[in-house]
Amino acid sequence: MAERNVAVLAGGLSHEREVSLRSGRRLSAALRGEGLVVEEWDTDAGLLKRLREQRPDAAVVALHGGEGENGSIQTVLEMLGIPFVGSGAQACRRGWDKPTAKALLENAGHATPDWVVLPNSTFRELGAQGVLDAMVERLGLPMIVKPDQGGSALGTHVIRDATELPAAMVGCFAYGDTVLAERFADGVEVAVTVVERGDGPVALPPVEIVPENGVYDYTARYTAGLTDFFAPARLSDDNAKTVGELAVAAHRLLGLRDISRTDAIVCADGTVQFLEVNLSPGLTETSTVPMAVEASGASLGEVFADLVDRAIRRAD
Amino acid sequence: MTASEIRALFAVASRPEVVSLAGGMPNLAALPLDTLSTQMAELISEDGLVALQYGSAHGVPALREQICEVMALEGISAHPDDVVVTVGSQMGLDMVTRLFCDPGDTVIAEGPSYVGALGSFAAYQADVVHVAMDDEGLVPAALEEALTQAARRDRRVKFLYTIPNFHNPAGVTLAVARRAEILEICRRHDVLVVEDNPYGLLGLDSQTYPALRSTDPDNVVYLGSFSKTFASGLRVGWVLAPHAVREKLVLAAESATLCPPTLNQLVVSRYLSTHDWKGQIKTFCENYRERRDAMLAALEQHMPGGCTWTRPDGGFYVWMTVPEGIDTKAMLPRAVTARVAYASGTGFYADGLGSRQMRLSYCYPTPERIREGVRRLAAVLESEMELVRTFGSVTARPLSGPQAPSPDTA
Repeated sequence: MAERNVAVLAGGLSHEREVSLRSGRRLSAALRGEGLVVEEWDTDAGLLKRLREQRPDAAVVALHGGEGENGSIQTVLEMLGIPFVGSGAQACRRGWDKPTAKALLENAGHATPDWVVLPNSTFRELGAQGVLDAMVERLGLPMIVKPDQGGSALGTHVIRDATELPAAMVGCFAYGDTVLAERFADGVEVAVTVVERGDGPVALPPVEIVPENGVYDYTARYTAGLTDFFAPARLSDDNAKTVGELAVAAHRLLGLRDISRTDAIVCADGTVQFLEVNLSPGLTETSTVPMAVEASGASLGEVFADLVDRAIRRAD
Repeated sequence: MTASEIRALFAVASRPEVVSLAGGMPNLAALPLDTLSTQMAELISEDGLVALQYGSAHGVPALREQICEVMALEGISAHPDDVVVTVGSQMGLDMVTRLFCDPGDTVIAEGPSYVGALGSFAAYQADVVHVAMDDEGLVPAALEEALTQAARRDRRVKFLYTIPNFHNPAGVTLAVARRAEILEICRRHDVLVVEDNPYGLLGLDSQTYPALRSTDPDNVVYLGSFSKTFASGLRVGWVLAPHAVREKLVLAAESATLCPPTLNQLVVSRYLSTHDWKGQIKTFCENYRERRDAMLAALEQHMPGGCTWTRPDGGFYVWMTVPEGIDTKAMLPRAVTARVAYASGTGFYADGLGSRQMRLSYCYPTPERIREGVRRLAAVLESEMELVRTFGSVTARPLSGPQAPSPDTA
């Protein structure tokens, strides 16, 4: 096999730049371990020129948030005809918007916590308190508020008391103009990685997330030791199977490709609640995808080298 | 928002698309790099066996003599033996805290104060009591009150940590008329003064002020630095301390680093002996004055009503207070989206205050970039004010951990 040149796209200008750089570094090292020639590229004004001139055999999008997951960078790669690992632009747009993904899953018969989506302007025009009251009436407490787009739990707040809502809304709207509020689903939090290595989408062992302070926020995600992870999750065989099926269903329904991660809650009664999908899941030392890969008996390098290979063959 | 979220946001600030008013990087572009590189080469060829060898923990003697000449510009008369060269004045601050503070001891500091100092105090588990400033710096009556209160509560106050000139982050200078009074209050309460003076020679109208150490050599530990007057990357600073303290500092320095880098000390020494370093500081100051003027003019032009800010006559920073109800920390993601960054105020307090404040630095970006950054920031503030009108004031939540950017966030 000829030497393969891979561009790992990491960094970018989103709020998740730091996480992306960490993902990119880890992924690059893993791919180099598989004998690929890897360069890490940031997305800046020089990226297009570099892509055109150096034409890597494939790109891997390790950008998180914003342009990395909303289909922008994927559109550029598609226009240039550069094979890349990960979902296509259209699928990204569906999966990136959390309310869209929730609606598609719900319509297909999957459970997802009850939710409402509200733009900033609604609060401004109708009066904040009235709208907040209606949110509490509809969703109850506790509830989760988060930006309708974006990752790493940035801007996400768990509301246990209605008086916490105004501050949470201000914090949430600092990240974007629309808020997604959903009923709090109590249960075991799991992240399920789905990969396609030749036999269609396959769910890897679910990873169970137990944050020390009860909330899997940004700090709990990226600070070693603040969250306990169990890979595979401590679930019954039935529950493990159900969350795996949900993740594969989400992957298929949204038209995702190569790799995705679905976050879900397994409730005490065995129902599984869909939370969201991640198009470009984190690959840092404390991210769940590498844990799932390891629990499946593979290595990150093997899996991504395979995905690179598939991306190149897909383009041929 | 958590401390690590804030740190993550600053990762974006280093990108050129973002105007960073957050960091504290000196503008080194004015340095004569050609001449410096020739001199570095000469240094290695002529003196390499010394420059690349271990040295004394006390520091290179010739440099310590030169440091005394530098300090003389602010009225200090000192003996080179009482100077200890450190790896930046931050190391000096860390060692002084280590020597003086046991867990639970109290340090008095201006409110707000330098974030790196608060970090050192926290590392040694010292409690910080902030004392108010006004346009003329630390308020003597507030200091008196804080020390009296501390005595009443049996708190062991180990020292007053103060940045008298061109304060970081507040941008104000301790009025000369107050200096004797501050020293007298500390003496009376038997409290040492740690004078941190990295910006003293960066008066934008070439003005200098008499150092606290110049009139009270026995009760002041003085911290100095070449980071702002020459090159921050060399990490050469110093401590000037009374004899007994100095001996302990040398031992502490030896255990920490064996010795400060000899090469860097010789680079500074050669620079001081062969360059018009005072002329270079003048050049730096001209740059900073132009930047300060750009920032103040842009703030005047763009900021919404209800914002107030300090007008520094030296140093790197403007300290801005925003309208009631806005939490500058919660607003940071919006600013980063708008491609401008600042340092939110809570990082400069040990007690959770500062949510309505932010530090804006003008040292590094060009005047054009500063104007653009302030314009963006004003738009961010307008949007946030609208949000506050919608949802009412938000109460800031306390944070732990470092919340301010490293100096190179630019």
